[in-house]
Amino acid sequence: MNAVATEGTKTTYREAMREALREALRSDDRVFLMGEDVGRYGGCFGVSLGLLEEFGPDRVRDTPLSESAFVGAGIGAALAGMRPVVEIMTVNFSLLALDQLLNNAATLLHMSGGQLPVPLVIRMTTGAGRQLAAQHSHSLEGFYAHIPGIRVLAPATLEDARHMLAPALADPDPVVVFEHGSLYNASGELLPPTAPVDLDHAAIRRPGTDISLITYGGSLPKARAAADELAAEGIDAEVIDLRTLRPLDGATVTASVARTHRAVIVDEAWRTGSLAAEVSARIAEESFYDLDAPVERVCSAEVPIPYARQLEEAALPQTADIVAAAHRAVD
Amino acid sequence: MGEFTMPSLGADMDEGTLVEWLVGPGDLIRRGDPVAVIETAKSTIEVECFESGAMGRLLVEPGTTVPVGTPLALIEPAAEGRGEPERARKAQGKPQAPPAPEHARPARTSKPSPARTPVPSGGRDRGHVGAGPLIRRLAEQSGVDLTALDGSGPAGRVTRADIERAAAATTAARPSRIRATPLARRRAAELGVDLSAVTGTGKDSAIRAEDVSKAASGHAAAPPPPRRTTAAVRASHPPEDQASGMRQVIARLMTRANRDIPHYYLSTTVDMATAMDWLHDHNRRSPMSERLLPAALLLKAAALAAHEVPELNGFWTDDRFAAAQDIHLGVAVSLRGGGLVAPALHRADTLGLPELMTALKDLVSRARTGRLRGSEVSDATITVTHLGDQGVETVFGVIHPPQVALVGFGRVVDRPCAVDGLLGVRPVVTATLSADHRATDGAVGARYLTTLDRLLQNPEKL
Repeated sequence: MNAVATEGTKTTYREAMREALREALRSDDRVFLMGEDVGRYGGCFGVSLGLLEEFGPDRVRDTPLSESAFVGAGIGAALAGMRPVVEIMTVNFSLLALDQLLNNAATLLHMSGGQLPVPLVIRMTTGAGRQLAAQHSHSLEGFYAHIPGIRVLAPATLEDARHMLAPALADPDPVVVFEHGSLYNASGELLPPTAPVDLDHAAIRRPGTDISLITYGGSLPKARAAADELAAEGIDAEVIDLRTLRPLDGATVTASVARTHRAVIVDEAWRTGSLAAEVSARIAEESFYDLDAPVERVCSAEVPIPYARQLEEAALPQTADIVAAAHRAVD
Repeated sequence: MGEFTMPSLGADMDEGTLVEWLVGPGDLIRRGDPVAVIETAKSTIEVECFESGAMGRLLVEPGTTVPVGTPLALIEPAAEGRGEPERARKAQGKPQAPPAPEHARPARTSKPSPARTPVPSGGRDRGHVGAGPLIRRLAEQSGVDLTALDGSGPAGRVTRADIERAAAATTAARPSRIRATPLARRRAAELGVDLSAVTGTGKDSAIRAEDVSKAASGHAAAPPPPRRTTAAVRASHPPEDQASGMRQVIARLMTRANRDIPHYYLSTTVDMATAMDWLHDHNRRSPMSERLLPAALLLKAAALAAHEVPELNGFWTDDRFAAAQDIHLGVAVSLRGGGLVAPALHRADTLGLPELMTALKDLVSRARTGRLRGSEVSDATITVTHLGDQGVETVFGVIHPPQVALVGFGRVVDRPCAVDGLLGVRPVVTATLSADHRATDGAVGARYLTTLDRLLQNPEKL
């Protein structure tokens, strides 16, 4: 048994996520967890370690290796009144369930004239940086953020990892939660919640006046590090964590650009057709007369993410790239 | 064989940076055509050539800074063939100022100017002779002046290819759209700033919002560090009027002030006997470096009075008055080359007289050498104009938007005065107030001037 993460204690992103699952399983009989290796193995990334022992095989279910089948089963369970939490090992494998998600989960409420909500939560690991090579390292959040009818979340802080799951389960529509693999070991002081997590709004993680660094998920720590470097050079950067990738909170971005007049968007996905492209387009639409420099984007190289460490590092957005982009916009 | 040299665009210019060529070798040019963009310490300017002909070899690369008088390119007289241009002479030490054009040339339009360049004697038959209707129509459509063309066809006839070449050269020489960020354009519209008079400090010399704000506060932006750039072409300024950029900014700002601000004017005569006695006494006892001018007393009193009457210290924006927290006293400084800036003495009400005197000297000297800091040119919350050293007794100034008051001081002069029922000769100064009637009424202005008077009667407390 692992230590229970409680408020105000030192914890990790992984433990915060596990505590959120434990709380959901405890507080609502309709909640159950299923996915590949979530039970006896404790989750491919160790998130559900100990939950099988605590809640038993009916509530924590190992599934066959078929994303289409167990996501479909999750949709069916949600339609029948349950509150399933389905774990998919990585976003790369979620493509096998994309048909279930897009053609069933996201459409049924609409096609049934509002009679068939699908209150399903799907969790999956995303992103690169851990030498897992091209079949386990992509960032496809933007694919999902493109789909109407679902909500897409990207918890990037301990607090969001701990407190986003409850409102996600309360949402009557399908919610897809992306957990960046590089964040699981992030540790720190978990602050007690001041209010329920608001799934509709981006968060200003660091206020600033000179430039807006807009990012989400695994790139947030890099953007924060870039803001620290820029601060040492006298450039006061605002860091915005989008948190909810669909529906996108354009108002926070617009308000920030109205203050700073410059924007750098950091997105680990491929640049072309990325979420960064969407944010950039919205800034062009909403904030044109506030812009004092072209919008900058820092994205991954448009290649399958390489395995070799130095190549992988070169392919991904790094703090130095964000600093350089900020300089292009400010200088 | 002529030379196009780095022109002198102002008495204080000794070098310039070639930013961009607007023409290339072989292009036909006429007197008055813009051929290059030159960046000086003050602004970026399209420079015209003063002879007609064909551009020869370009001798200087864009991005290079060279002394005034350095040959930048060779110009072959139109009458000559396209022979190999002779070697450029060494740059002469003497600056060669080009003759000034008689008037500012309006921006080129697609219509050729009706004025015809006289045909140089000894030239071949010019192309317009015997040009057919098709050629004439093409020339008219593309704004090409046939009289300036050397025909490449039989017997020097102008061909369609000649027209196309000439039209392309014309297009290249036409000022392109000013590069400015959307925010800079918005701010320029709000502040009434002419973008063509603003020097951009952004990428590729794009004008940024900060540049507009600086221009609006009557401040010629500090020269940007020289860099290789394919700068945006600015609308041309006549070279003989280097103050034109600043002049235009002042013109717009003052037009806006008079158009938008309903001024009211108050005036009072302040008895300066006590203050001048105190000043002479102080100066007698102080080393040269610590001696004060009457201006120090007047400015300090103006700042302290603004502290007591805060309704005059701040800005009228968005149809309401916003009081400023601190008192940053703008001081109008006339520049030797013409023009005016009103940089701020920060927190003037908190400065002791010696500090204020030092700050004032420093501010004036930096204003006149173009070394003001950005905060100084945009921070002023109320402005003082002091024309005493110009021998003027009374000045009713124009408010510097978005401020709401301007205080004017004339010269301290001896005048007959009634004092305690007797007639005496006393030093007096006329203090005036121009105030924004939207923000305050006469009673507030009167309170300001009487406060000022009271403060000046107790110079030891300033």
